[in-house]
Amino acid sequence: MTNEALQNLINTWIPDLEFSEEGSQFLNVTVTPENLHQLMIELKKNKETSFDLLFCLSGVDWQPELGVVYHLESTTHRHIIVVKVKTADRENPALDSVCDIWRTAEFHEREVFDFFGIKFNNHPNLKRLFLTDEWEGFPLRKDYEDEINMVIK
Amino acid sequence: METTVVKSNFKSEEYFINMGPQHPATHGVLRLLLTIDGEIIKRVEPDLGYIHRSIEKMCERDSYQQIVHLTDRMDYLSSHINNEAVCLTVENALQLEMPERVKVIRTILSELTRIASHTLWWGVMGMDVGALTTYFYGFRDRELINDIFEETCGARLTMNYNIPGGLMFDIHPNFVKRTKDFITHFKTKLPEYDTLLTGNVIFQKRTKGVGILTKEDAISFGASGPVGRASGYSCDVRKHHPYSAYDRVTFNEALKTEGDTFARYQVRIQEMWESISIIEQLIDNIPEGDVQVATNAVIKLPKGEYYQKVETARGELGVYVISTGTKNPYRVKFRSPGFSNLSLLNHIAVGGKIGDLVASMATLDLVIPDIDR
Amino acid sequence: MNISLNITETIQEWLIGMMPEGAASIVAMVAVALIYLIIFAVAGLYLVLLERRVAAWFQLRIGPNRVGPLGLLQTMADALKLVSKELTGTIKADKFLYNLAPYFVIVSSLMALAVFPFTKEFQAFDINIGIFFLIAISSVGVIGILLGGWSSNNKFALIGAMRSGVQTISYELSVGLSLLTMVVITGSLQLSEIVEVQKQGWLILQGHVPAIIAFMVYMIAGTAETNRAPFDMVEAESELGAGFHTEYSGMKFAYFFLAEFINMFIIAAVATTVFFGAWLSPFGITESIPWLGAFWFLGKTLVLVFLMMWFRWTFPRLRVDQLLTLEWKYLLPINLVNLVIMAIIVWLNLTIKF
Repeated sequence: MTNEALQNLINTWIPDLEFSEEGSQFLNVTVTPENLHQLMIELKKNKETSFDLLFCLSGVDWQPELGVVYHLESTTHRHIIVVKVKTADRENPALDSVCDIWRTAEFHEREVFDFFGIKFNNHPNLKRLFLTDEWEGFPLRKDYEDEINMVIK
Repeated sequence: METTVVKSNFKSEEYFINMGPQHPATHGVLRLLLTIDGEIIKRVEPDLGYIHRSIEKMCERDSYQQIVHLTDRMDYLSSHINNEAVCLTVENALQLEMPERVKVIRTILSELTRIASHTLWWGVMGMDVGALTTYFYGFRDRELINDIFEETCGARLTMNYNIPGGLMFDIHPNFVKRTKDFITHFKTKLPEYDTLLTGNVIFQKRTKGVGILTKEDAISFGASGPVGRASGYSCDVRKHHPYSAYDRVTFNEALKTEGDTFARYQVRIQEMWESISIIEQLIDNIPEGDVQVATNAVIKLPKGEYYQKVETARGELGVYVISTGTKNPYRVKFRSPGFSNLSLLNHIAVGGKIGDLVASMATLDLVIPDIDR
Repeated sequence: MNISLNITETIQEWLIGMMPEGAASIVAMVAVALIYLIIFAVAGLYLVLLERRVAAWFQLRIGPNRVGPLGLLQTMADALKLVSKELTGTIKADKFLYNLAPYFVIVSSLMALAVFPFTKEFQAFDINIGIFFLIAISSVGVIGILLGGWSSNNKFALIGAMRSGVQTISYELSVGLSLLTMVVITGSLQLSEIVEVQKQGWLILQGHVPAIIAFMVYMIAGTAETNRAPFDMVEAESELGAGFHTEYSGMKFAYFFLAEFINMFIIAAVATTVFFGAWLSPFGITESIPWLGAFWFLGKTLVLVFLMMWFRWTFPRLRVDQLLTLEWKYLLPINLVNLVIMAIIVWLNLTIKF
């Protein structure tokens, strides 16, 4: 499916989404946290899109927003879409988990929780993956400071 | 924390043991919390982070040339391919067209890396199921590849031969001859692998029907590389998104449908044959030309987002770079194959014996620094 | 050349000239025990060396070759190192059982060694229930392994110990039954009698088909009883770390380690005695030189030991349930049927005698 066709199809599900192909080789769609889970389910379940592979899930600190980027691919149609979601809440950011749609998200979301502090609602086992429980702060955030271990040039 | 979670749904017959961080079967510092009923695995929970170096954070500080050198500390058995992934990302972003010579040499070295990684895996796989001799057979052949690497770029493991814009320097004059010698040698030795291990009745009993992963689960768990292909999921990046010189060689994607440990084993053996065939197609006609394209001393990627996937020996490595136009990337994410493959360990190991867990884990071919990036 | 090697009597006669008879027999027993201890230690150490060289040969390596000529002193050096090492242990271990376990293992191996006819004369203890004694003694060793694994307060060790219990109890049956199959021919349990019968042909030839089956079953079960690969469930280093001896160090570990090799020697020596005519030379070629019997005995035993090493360095390990399936579903029924066949053959006088 071409990017335009995808864009039109997705617009029929949830109107007023922000699409962009600028500065990226894939079609990017930005979605609000409320619509995230609904959009993801549609992307996976719909026969025409059937994005069954979540091949990359990255947390990003866009300053001031925190967000997650989902790279989705369909193993049948071989088209790719990038879904972005942003939340402005830095103190207590929370997004819906997509574990129930793609099981690989379980580990990737734990990693994002570990490094960005984004909580995922309905995640079955949300706890720190790499760092210890006592660790303060979220290292991959841009405002993270560690006087001892970080060498800043 | 793990203990509390494990204990909350703990039945009286069950107990839990720590497999790792120092354990022969975890090949590095991976800790598995096993909930066991007698010998039967009830739950596997990986505990990671023992060698996490936060490479992604370090990348935000470094220039693009420096990032390349961090990547071969991730999956050290596919270091060349990791380097290539970052270089390709930068080159695509700058829209640099690589000379043919660079593409072909990169491809040959990638395939040699793959063979080296698979021979090591084969040796360790045998060791995990109790056949210690395989280890030395695997290493015998791997050493020859490492010798070629050493002569080419001075390093045996962490190669750093790729730079954004080509190769660091030209190949050694002996490279073609030694590679051909190796291929001739390896073609006689690879059948030996089958004789020693593949055909063994005990080995087949240990692996067939163990750790079954269906195609749907493989896709859902984001399995890639031999793990995905053994479940019948066609996921070879070299086929679907060809890079470097993979668009001009013919090779078969090793596919199996059983999805068990033995299928994953066979896929890797098959991949070694395919790698031999790829190298044979390229080694005789390496084009003449430059091995570098001039780049600025300070590389600045245009503002935007870049994603590049390559097929390492373990599966699909993705490099996701967000650039704001400065000399440092704003965010780098490495989608490492081992991380996704580890996440399905619990799924395939539950219900099996401790021995099955070890066998299935061996065919996931985990490299811990790849998971703890 | 005719050296009497009936050591107990020789030593006793020599001592009687110096001291009263009671004291002489006690001193003689101690002397014999010491001789066997030395044989035990040397055999153990050189079997370890042999294993390492064989392993190296299988694995395209050279193996130990630095300490002494051809590396012959390597294992001596290793033993010295082990003696000098600290004896560690877990805090919550059951100290008494933990310390007792290695001795159980080593004493049972040593006791079994006493009954073998190395030559016609060189046999410390020609008990009339020889085979039965061997089977009984060899199953004492497992108690040591169970105790060691249980008392070290380590879950890996415990799993190893439990596996060992299951495995040894199961395979004991096959070892016993396959030896019984041969006893049907000899009609005696005494080892010297068994050797005597074999002067008419080694039992593996006398009993032909059922004897060969019994030998195969015996070698499989024997390998399993020594807990060696492909049946090394007990240690299974890729699964359990080091299994039952995870928490042992220094000399206590060395006892377990040595006992494993002595047990391997014992299993091979029993096979030599029962199937391959012990010290008898092939076709009686060296019958006139009795002391060469030791050469034949050790030669045959070492060939079988090599066979067991060959197993170890080529086969992957079985899984624990497959191990039990092999015993209870295959070896045991084969063995029982084989025993009946052997009885019929002996009854119909179909054995081959020269």
